[in-house]
This record gives sequence, C-alpha cells and structure tokens, in this order.
Amino acid sequence: MDGLLKPPGNAMSDKLGSPSRRDFLRQSLVAVPAVSLLGTTALAQSQGGSAATATTPAYTPRYFTAPEWEFIQAAVDRLIPSSDAGPGALELGVPEFLDRQMDDAYGHGGLWYMQGPFVPDTPPTLGYQLRFAPRELYRTGIAAVDDWCQKQHKQRFSALTPEQRDEVLHGLEKGDIKLDQLPATAFFSLLLTNTKEGYFADPMYGGNKNMGSWKMIGFPGARADFADWIEQPGKVYPFGPVSIKGAKS
Amino acid sequence: MTRMKPVDVVIVGFGWTGAIMAMELADAGINILALERGDYRDTSPDFAYPRSADELAYGIRGNLFQPLARETITIRHTLDETAVPYRQYGSFLFGNHVGGAGIHWNGQHYRPSPEDLEFESHITQRYGKKFMPEDMQIQDYGVSYDELEPFFDQFEYVCGTSGRAGNLNGEIKDGGNPFEGPRKREYPNPPVADNYAAKLFADAARALGHKPFPQPSSNASRPYTNSYGARLGPCNLCGYCERFGCYMYSKASPQTTILPVLMRRPNFELRTNSHVTRVNLDNTGKRATGVTYIDAKGQQVEQPADLVIVAAFQMHNVRLMLMSGIGKPYDPKTGTGVIGKNYAYQMMSTIGLFYDQDVAINPFASAGSGGNQIIDDFNSDHFDHGPYGFVGGGYILGGQTGGRPIQQLSLPPGTPAWGEKWKRAAKDSYLHTTGLQTHGSVMSYRDRYLDLDPTYKDSFGLPLLRMTFDWHDNEYKMTRFLTDRAQEIADQMKPRQSAQTVRKPGDHYDTRQYQTTHTTGGVIQGKDPNTSALNNFQQSWDVHNVFVTGASAFPQNIGYNPTGLIGGLTYRSVKAIRETYLKNPGPLVQV
Repeated sequence: MDGLLKPPGNAMSDKLGSPSRRDFLRQSLVAVPAVSLLGTTALAQSQGGSAATATTPAYTPRYFTAPEWEFIQAAVDRLIPSSDAGPGALELGVPEFLDRQMDDAYGHGGLWYMQGPFVPDTPPTLGYQLRFAPRELYRTGIAAVDDWCQKQHKQRFSALTPEQRDEVLHGLEKGDIKLDQLPATAFFSLLLTNTKEGYFADPMYGGNKNMGSWKMIGFPGARADFADWIEQPGKVYPFGPVSIKGAKS
Repeated sequence: MTRMKPVDVVIVGFGWTGAIMAMELADAGINILALERGDYRDTSPDFAYPRSADELAYGIRGNLFQPLARETITIRHTLDETAVPYRQYGSFLFGNHVGGAGIHWNGQHYRPSPEDLEFESHITQRYGKKFMPEDMQIQDYGVSYDELEPFFDQFEYVCGTSGRAGNLNGEIKDGGNPFEGPRKREYPNPPVADNYAAKLFADAARALGHKPFPQPSSNASRPYTNSYGARLGPCNLCGYCERFGCYMYSKASPQTTILPVLMRRPNFELRTNSHVTRVNLDNTGKRATGVTYIDAKGQQVEQPADLVIVAAFQMHNVRLMLMSGIGKPYDPKTGTGVIGKNYAYQMMSTIGLFYDQDVAINPFASAGSGGNQIIDDFNSDHFDHGPYGFVGGGYILGGQTGGRPIQQLSLPPGTPAWGEKWKRAAKDSYLHTTGLQTHGSVMSYRDRYLDLDPTYKDSFGLPLLRMTFDWHDNEYKMTRFLTDRAQEIADQMKPRQSAQTVRKPGDHYDTRQYQTTHTTGGVIQGKDPNTSALNNFQQSWDVHNVFVTGASAFPQNIGYNPTGLIGGLTYRSVKAIRETYLKNPGPLVQV
C-alpha cells in the first residue's frame, strides 16, 4: 500500500514557491484596515477582489492597524514560508486568524490570570509574568520591532528583504535584539505559537484555508472516526481531511 | 445572607467523587445537594460531533478548563522565594463544570500496586529507614490493597474499563500485568485493539524480556451497560480524548456512567454556578453546620447540612480546608500540622521515535488510553531498588493519544522551530513519528507543601492557594533509571532517530511544560491524627461530619494515573458513611 503515500504537494506548489509569486501574494493581501466604520466588508471585497481571489478572499483586519497588518504578514511569511513542500502561513490566511484571535476573549487576556503585582524578572520556569494581554503584547511588540528596524535598517520590518527579516526574527527568538518595552523572546514566542495555531487549526478560525496544512502533513482533520483503521496496522490512512463545517477534500 | 433549607448532605464539587458519593448516598433515602461552581455539561449537546473535534477550542484554549482569569494558584520553588501566579495553563489543568476533570481525562484507569498503599512500611521493611533521604516523609494510607479490592472492582464495573487481568486470584495470566495485585474477576471489557505504535513497542519490550500488556482503559472497547444501568458505546479511536469531551459515549465520565441515573432521583439536587467558599463550623469548631457559597448572582448563600463532603479538585480541597479552618495548617519549618502537607506531583520523560516514510504510524488513529501498551516492570517496588538508591518508579507506555498537529506534532532533533526546514520536517515526519513515555512517581518531602498566598487573590477577593515545589534528587534518579530502560526499548524499535526529553539534576520544576494533572496531597489520609488530616475513610480527624475525597488524600504520589485509586477510595468511604456513619454519626476510626 505504499502507493498511498502520495506527495501532498500539487502542481501549484512550484509557482507558489517562486519569490515573485510570494511577494505578489503578500502585497495583494495588504488590505488597508477600515478607515472608518462604514462599509468595511464592501471595502475589503473591492480591494481584495482582483488580486487574491484565487487563493484567499481578502480580509480586512479589525484589530491590527495598517502598519501592524503589514508587519504580521511580513513576519508569518517568514515563519512558515511557501515552497514546493507545501503552503505558507500567508496563503493559508494566518494573518486573518491572528487578527480574529485578538478580538476573542483570548486576545483580551480573558483566559489568563492578569491581576498584579507583576514580577517580570521571575525565572522563566515559573511561566509568563508580563502585564500584557496578547493584543497588547502584539501592539507593543510590533511597534518596538519596527522602531528597532528603523534604527538599524532605516526601514520598517515589512520593507526588509526576506533575508533581513529572517535575521531580525532570529534576533528576537534568541533575545539578541533588546527591546525597551518588553522581552523580545516573549513577543517572538507568542507570535510563533499563534502562527502555528492558525496554520493548523480548523479553517473556521480564518487560517488553514482549504485545510492546506492538514493535506500537507496527512492529518484527516475532523474525521475523528478510525474504528476500522486500527485493525490495519502500518498502512497509511487513505482519506483526505474534512473540516468542522463539512468541507471535504 | 440568604439561608437555604437544610439538607442531609451537601457535596462540594461535582466531578467523579461528588457523583459517586451522591449516587451511593441517594440509595440511603436522604436528601443530597451537590454544589458545582461551573455550568451543566452533557454529551449532547456540549460534546457533540463535529464541534468536539476542535483542537484550538479544547486542546489549546482549554474550553473545558477552569478559567484562570478568575482563580489560579501561585507557585514558588523554595520556601524563601516569593510565589508568582500560574497565569497560563502549562504543567497541569484544572477541570471545570459538572464532571470536572472526569470529562477531559484520557481514561487511563489503574489500580495502585499493593505496596503503594503501605509505602513507608514497605520501604522501611525491605531497605531500612536509612534508604530514604531524611526530608522524605512518605506515609501509609491506613488501608490495604485487599481491603480496597472490592471497591476498585466496583469502580471499574461502573466505568466499563477495558483491559486484561494479569493476576486473577493470585494466578498470573499471560498478556496481563503480572505485577498487579490480585483481582477477583476479569475487567468488564476486553482491551481496545492496539494501535500500530503500541504493537511496535510491545514486540520490542517482549524481545528485551519485559512483560507488555494493554493499558487499562476506561474507553469502552464494546457496547457496555454498567452496574447502574447506564450505557456506553464502543470507542472509535477518534483522537480527541484528553482535553476533550467524548462524543461517542465511550469514555467513562460522570456524564456517561452515573448522571443518567442519578439526575432522575427525587432526593438529589444539583445547583450549578454555586461556588463554595467555606465549610461552616459550630462554636465548638468540632462540627460542621454546612457551607457558604456564592451563587450565580454573586450573592452569599448559607446552606445548612448535617454532613459535608468536600469533593472538589485536589488543590481546591486543600484551599477550602485552609479557608475553613479545619485541621491544623502544615508548617514546613517544624514539620507539624497537616493541611497542605505532602504536596506531590509526577515526573515524566518522553522519547520521540522518528521513522522513515515506509513506517506508517497514523498518530491520529488513537484513543486516550485504549490501544496503548505498557510495561510495569519498573513501577512501585516491582524490582530491587537496592542498587539504584531511589524509591518509586513508573510505567513505560508505547503508543499514542492523538495526532493533533498544534499540540502533538513532534519533529526530529535539530529541526529549527520555524521556517522552510521546520515546515518540511512537519510534512516528512508527521505520519511516521511516535513516542514512548515514562510516567513516574514523586515522593513527599518536608519542604514541599501548600498554603494560602499572602498577596494574590481570586475574583472574589479570597486568597489563592500557594504551592511550594521543586524536584528532589530521588526523582532525578528515578526518571534517569526509567528513561534508560525506555531508551533500550526505543532502540529495539529501530527508529531512524530518537530524542529524549528528560529532567536532569539542576532542572527546576517548569510550570510551562505539561506533564500530568495528577497533583496530590494536602489533605492526606493516614493512621495518626498528628501526621494526617483524614482517617482511612477520608473523614476529618478534627470535624467528623466532614469527608474529603480525591487525590488530596494521597500521602505521596504513585507511578500510575490516579483516577482508579481515587474511585476505589471513594467507594470505600461512601459505603462506610451509608452503612455506619449515618446510623451513628461520629468518628469511624478511634485513635
């Protein structure tokens, strides 16, 4: 049954992997956040319409500001880039996932104990001790990283080359880049964690469009019924994923 | 304050032990009231498919867990540090709502080894008192395996536990656990079929001379009607078990095994959104008069009762006893006092096994516990500890509990945390990766305990519980030994690559890493009121009409999952309440 080990990639992958296509995708997804409360949906549709419909309907962020939205897209595109191995975070809608999470109880810190006193210099083994809810951590962190990039590169993070962006992300990950307002590692860690969440979560949360990550790794999503399969040890499960809302592949 | 009509029995918390207590006491014809801080939850509609197959909502955001925003605990490693709040879930998970942690467990359903219940006596007798470090303060439960056997059996037949006996009335049976205490009859259901990783593990373990057997599992392997008449369906290995409700009615929980019958009893009442803050005492301090709780509107309510069963999660039981002033708080400096004493935990290690593309693991095809294989050769005192210089041990598990990609994706060592190489590794590894797990005991020590935090409060303004805990040398030695044995099996399984996660001397307790939710102690049972809070029927030595159920009664932690022992202890206690205490209220054990 080795024949079932089909490569999850497809013919589109090569095209998606090329830098020009990636950059095009990223640019086209930079929808300007609602400048007013009027007609945001219509705005999103008209702006996103032509360029990105083939991959993702345009999405207008509700929480992130225009510069933040550009940062998010430029960052997740490097954290999980698109290539012939499979889809990247950008084309799977991870920025939309992140923006929607910011408006959820989670983004507001509603799931965390957020009463003081805060002791931020506690040993890391005792867990998160900052006063920022996720949405505040993003806002503060993005501004701090953009400031740092302006000082170092005379450009915001989103305007840097992919190689420069990788370098900045590595600097944040290791804590080599020092930010004034918060530990760089805390911001990076949340950004990476949430990016992977959006990449692998059910598509109804805005990421993992068309169950792209599930198809890539071979996870059947919400099928959740393997009674027959347990008696066939060592064979690759043959069916593609389904989503909670009933999308099939 | 509103004062409610008195009841015969009030139960604080409505998870496993609260439901068992209510069910067994309902037959005695008395009025029973259960107070649950959370909401009502049932299989339908709350755990219905497909909504239940949502990793983000349940596995990651923790929809079934107690919101830490309202109440958490604080943690420090040593006595001289200032504790800080456990602000996000990591190391352990608090259940919430009706059913409690009995909803989101995996169904790993063990009995303790006979020696676990008399651990201090056993270790002293076999190895001598000096074998234990001076600050280790392990104790006996005050009740033996043989006394508990009928109650372990009773709970297994309620849960429809699937497994294979290894010791039937003293006769060792092939394919079961030869190290277990004797059981009077077989498991109610045969084992769930092995998953592929478990087969690979069992073959390797057998080749090394170990005795693998199917993990005892309260995931039903076939349709089952339990001793109360409640019906369970067969597990379909959906891969959404731990952290999730079971949409198949297969995982034993209060909802699937007890509530269908109990909720129809006219002498039973459940009040949800009722958060108990205190057990009230009369002016002698020797008798409880009921409890005070905060209702859904935020009002304080007094509920008089003749008998109070404290049946919340382990840590909440300890906090409620401290806030109520029942029993002397433990003092780590002098080693005296009992409430908060002997907090313990468990120590895990894992070995990731990475295979080539020709080995198809299908990690998502799995149950919480059914389908996995275990060896118990190195648990409890199943081997001579003399040469190794530590006490305790654990089981080694092969198999899987799910392949949910956010939480359970495991990548080969050396893979970067992000970028193209990370993604490619995810693609290449996901279907071809499995792991072994060691599940180790933790002993109790003089400086590891629970008390009330001096600074941090819950949303009602009441003090949070404070944990003082870090690893001791005995446990580093235990996990090293157990992980070395696991590595031998891992090597025999011939993966392309393997990777250990093991806690080494100098590594502090890390609250960010999930290990188990098997926190224990703080209201321990025992033989002597000077060293334990409860007698062996889980009755307070100080206030005889207060009983405290659950893992808070464990004098130290075992190398098994605790639910089987918790259920057995509860069934034994409630039998004594029903048959003895109600007729003649007073201490069930005379000092």
